[in-house]
Amino acid sequence: MSEAVATALGNANRRLLTRLSIVAAIMFGFGFALVPLYDRLCEALGINRLVDKARDTGNTQIDYTRKVVIELDANAHNLPWQFRPLTRHIEVHPGELTTVEYEITNLRNRPVTGQALPSFGPTTAGAHMKKLDCFCFRQQTLGPGETRRMPVVFLIDDKLPSDINTITLSYTFFEVAGKDGPS
Amino acid sequence: MSAVLDTHGHGDHEHGDHDHHGHGPTGLMRWITTTNHKDIGTMYLWFSFIMFLVGGVMALVIRAELFQPGLQLVQPEFFNQMTTMHGLIMVFGAIMPAFVGFANWLIPMQIGAPDMAFARMNNWSFWILPFAGALLVLSFFTPGGAPGVGWTLYAPLTIQMGMGMDLTIFAVHLLGMSSIMGSINIVTTILNMRAPGMTLMRMPLFCWTWLITGYLLIATMPVLAGAVTMTLTDRHFGTSFFNAAGGGDPVLYQHIFWFFGHPEVYIIALPAFGVISQVIPAFSRKPLFGYASMVYATSAIAILSFIVWAHHMYVTGLPIGTQLFFMYATILIAVPTGVKVFNWVATMWQGSLTFETPMLFALGFLFLFTLGGFSGLVLALAPVDIQLQETYYVVAHFHYVMVAGALFSAFSGVYFWLPKWTGKMYDETLGKWHFWLSMIFFNMIFFVQHFLGLAGMPRRIPDYNLMFETWNKISSIGAFGFGLTQLLLLYIVLKTIRSGEKAPQMPWEGADSLEWTHLPTPAPHHSFETPPVLK
Repeated sequence: MSEAVATALGNANRRLLTRLSIVAAIMFGFGFALVPLYDRLCEALGINRLVDKARDTGNTQIDYTRKVVIELDANAHNLPWQFRPLTRHIEVHPGELTTVEYEITNLRNRPVTGQALPSFGPTTAGAHMKKLDCFCFRQQTLGPGETRRMPVVFLIDDKLPSDINTITLSYTFFEVAGKDGPS
Repeated sequence: MSAVLDTHGHGDHEHGDHDHHGHGPTGLMRWITTTNHKDIGTMYLWFSFIMFLVGGVMALVIRAELFQPGLQLVQPEFFNQMTTMHGLIMVFGAIMPAFVGFANWLIPMQIGAPDMAFARMNNWSFWILPFAGALLVLSFFTPGGAPGVGWTLYAPLTIQMGMGMDLTIFAVHLLGMSSIMGSINIVTTILNMRAPGMTLMRMPLFCWTWLITGYLLIATMPVLAGAVTMTLTDRHFGTSFFNAAGGGDPVLYQHIFWFFGHPEVYIIALPAFGVISQVIPAFSRKPLFGYASMVYATSAIAILSFIVWAHHMYVTGLPIGTQLFFMYATILIAVPTGVKVFNWVATMWQGSLTFETPMLFALGFLFLFTLGGFSGLVLALAPVDIQLQETYYVVAHFHYVMVAGALFSAFSGVYFWLPKWTGKMYDETLGKWHFWLSMIFFNMIFFVQHFLGLAGMPRRIPDYNLMFETWNKISSIGAFGFGLTQLLLLYIVLKTIRSGEKAPQMPWEGADSLEWTHLPTPAPHHSFETPPVLK
């Protein structure tokens, strides 16, 4: 192969390298472009709406004809935390905004981060419990010996099946290891 | 010539003597600084074998825990870390580098090129990998351990995990960079460096499958890099791409991940198809049946792979029309895949077949991969998948495709090209033992998992219902048998290198690609410095 042909090939290779690198860079951007695209598609298809306009303007009256018992439960999984609800059970009407409080104490002499996971009994009730605020929405870091009171603000929607009269709301805290400072 | 291989830096071209390579650095430095495609191919293959053993040990921890119901050996958290790391290491550390190793060794020889287009970048592509592997393994030693989130790295767990997750994210970034550089190199080599007369439609099919795989990698790896970058910023920089508490959506992660993840399946499968398309014609002593249709089928699979991703997400609340679209698109992939399977069978039809180890593994591939394809069709059906998702049926399906498909194909390729690489023959008897033991133990592990899945045993759980015990015991025994059998492969390869008989120039009389017909056995360190003359 002559020197001229070799140089031409080297140039052709570098041109292709540039083009393919541009494709790779565009595809990296494409991954991020999927974020707004996903939102638009969900909007267009009317699915997965966190804020449903039709539902916002619906009837929000409290159904005083019906009572539901909420039983509150708290556990810590392999975690030296004292974790308890301040009320064990409470009676609510569907549509009524309710606030309950939990208290948590870190018994360890260093900061610990935990994440609470909720579970519902019966599980079908979970879809009808609308939480406006919850300590389980984010990780909680407690300093050594710190005690904290944390709220759950929720309402039960009026579509709750009529055969459910008692809902058990249970939280279990798991330690997030490797995260003992504020995150 | 050296102007072409801009960094082909041994300075040997001036000497005009290419018969030995006793110049340049020696010992360890030779391997660290090498830009020779054969050296780099060898390093890829050994790296992938080591990662295969590491990932295999993790699989054995999983199977040991599942030998009987209840928790015996490991805690659930550690079990989750094992399933996650087994998946990541096998996919990114073992299977993908193995086929990049084949590509490095074979593509320049098969198209009559002296080396890869960017020899120095080739060196970087490889040497990034050990660092990525080290990051993955190091994550076990961070507080909280390695991520236990599944190899798919789904949000929201990935946002909640400890610092092991950060190491894994950086490892994925490095693995992605390595893959992208490797693919750009392969695509450029194939498009620009073919010998005169080697038209695209005359290339061996292995080169074709890698050309298409290269494009798939360039198009999808950056998307994965984007997904894990978003996870990283969600974790540390206050963004809320996937964090529901901040208005993000974990389901969005699944869409982005599987936009990469499904083409990834074919990134693994296509080079495996390529190897099989070299081996079956050689042992049938016939040219590949329907070469052109093979090329078109490979392209069709690659294109379709971009529009089927949501079949991994049937239970995420997709509208029914969307489910139907992805279901039909997925079923459509069976058509080009079927073309390939029928072409391989037709290649064997009326051929004069012999059954040496490479052919045995190729036939094992053909049987078991087709079976895995069928269970894939079952899972493609949205109503059936809703029942079977997250069960052992899925585990059985993708191991038929990944192990009996990709891994058996890699074994087949290793036995097929070992004489060309080392100049020595492997022990045929031991090779046959390796095949039959692998075949029996593989089915022992994974065939029974179909039954477990159909009966409803969930995957990724360290404990199970008593009624699943028998099949799990069989599966675990099979797993240990399969693991030990792979040490036989190591022994066979080492024995070949140390004391194998000298290989004849053409150990397989049906082989017809350039590395067999135009180069001596073993292949010289530098080949095709002048392009071969093709009729």
